[in-house]
Amino acid sequence: MTTAPAPAPAPAPGRRRRFAVPAAGAALLLGLTACGSGEDPLAGDGGSATDAAGTVTVGSADFPESQVVAELYAGALEAAGIGTETSPGIGAREAYVGAVQDGSVDVVPDYSGNLLLFADPEATASSAEEIMAALPEALPEGLTVLAPAEAQNKDAMVVTRETADRYGLTSIADLAEVCDQLVIAGPPEFAERAYGLPGLEEKYGCVPQSFEPINDGGGPLTVQALLDGDVQVADIFTTTPAIADNDLVVLEDPENNFIAQQVLPLAAEDRLPQEAVEALDELSGKLTTEDLVDLNRKVGGDDPMSPADAAQEWLSANGY
Amino acid sequence: MSLLASALAWLADPDSWSGSGGIPTRLLEHLAYSGLTLLLALAVAVPLGLWVGHTGRGSGVVVALAGALRALPTLGLLTLFTLLLGLGLMPPVVALVLLAVPPILSGAYAGIANVSPALKDAGTALGMTGGQVLARVELPTALPVILGGIRSAALQVVATVTVVAYINLGGLGRYLIDGLAVRDYSRMLGSVVLVALLALAVDAVLALVQRLATSPGLRLAP
Repeated sequence: MTTAPAPAPAPAPGRRRRFAVPAAGAALLLGLTACGSGEDPLAGDGGSATDAAGTVTVGSADFPESQVVAELYAGALEAAGIGTETSPGIGAREAYVGAVQDGSVDVVPDYSGNLLLFADPEATASSAEEIMAALPEALPEGLTVLAPAEAQNKDAMVVTRETADRYGLTSIADLAEVCDQLVIAGPPEFAERAYGLPGLEEKYGCVPQSFEPINDGGGPLTVQALLDGDVQVADIFTTTPAIADNDLVVLEDPENNFIAQQVLPLAAEDRLPQEAVEALDELSGKLTTEDLVDLNRKVGGDDPMSPADAAQEWLSANGY
Repeated sequence: MSLLASALAWLADPDSWSGSGGIPTRLLEHLAYSGLTLLLALAVAVPLGLWVGHTGRGSGVVVALAGALRALPTLGLLTLFTLLLGLGLMPPVVALVLLAVPPILSGAYAGIANVSPALKDAGTALGMTGGQVLARVELPTALPVILGGIRSAALQVVATVTVVAYINLGGLGRYLIDGLAVRDYSRMLGSVVLVALLALAVDAVLALVQRLATSPGLRLAP
């Protein structure tokens, strides 16, 4: 970061950040509304924010991996001599896509498949290549995507080893037969997104006994609910270190309900200088799924690093 | 359509009012969580406040404790207790009880402690025991202040119960959290309006209770 605002603006990783949220109801309501920062309707429409002096603003979604990848983008841009600012933790996709559109951020890490479904709910592409072919067409005017990384992070239906053994589960197709006896946990949007409950019902005929929304993006609360047996199935991201740490089972997805999800920069068309595009393309060429698991391990757990520090380690190890 | 108009449209939509996720259900859940929280907080804070106010013992501790509890972020406690105790009704309720205890405790303690010593002496002079002085002199005199503390706690709890939707419970906060997740601002604003109206309504009811419970003698006093 040029003016070195330290890692200060980047909130501490997931769990710590929540403890910092103010308690009182009113403050919480304000805080939640303000999370939408850029596209917050209360802010009115003069939303062009930070393009003074060619600075690139890198936003991120409200979970640690997105914040780390945003820090990677910022680091790569810095290394290319481009001034950057970060605007971490904007919110769910609906919120940060809006922030790119209204100009309050210039680039934000995203996942190819979910971005496509967001842009075109009718899209049927499911492989990585099909998705990249369909994306440019589907995106709203003014938005573009840069080259994707090999790294992928998909939503997945995850169960404990015990549950998998009891019901003989290896794929979501097996799950469908006992779905009505099981409780699924996931982030609140899982109830409404195409790949969420609607997708499970349509592709597998799986309608769970109930759905428990847990607002931590497949984080520690969700994992804990699964381990405690409060829920039997959880929507957890495949790059979550807790899957390996707790011997959890990721169910296969033969119908491709959870489509390919390559990490890629979603950017405002025409607002990124060419050097920035090249710097981000180069970074995406190096980022692997294993890197993501490793970075997630660093920013999670009992002794978490800040996303900025974890990103810095990866950047140093990769020649930045 | 402006945000406010779309929020009103959401409130007016019959679909918002029907089914297991409809507004009446959520409203009842909201009131149930709030009521349970307040009952538990009353059970803890009123006896403790009365005892400390009556005996004067541990008043420093109570004042410090009430101040410290007020500083705890409810959302943080909610996450902490859920991680410790698992999903369920009690972890969020315990976090909310810790929010509701300080105003009730402060009100009960301050109400009793500030009863005029002359009144207490008069009670004792009439031959009342300590318990009788508390029940017949201090409590009726302090009641408006005690109810004021309860009112303040109720207002805070009704507004803050919204956070239980962060984990898996219902209540009107469900619309706020779910709305934010899919950037449905009309649903968010609509639910916030409902929470504000509910808090005002609860406060108005308690204000009436406070007025009716105040001894006529106290009401006449300047």
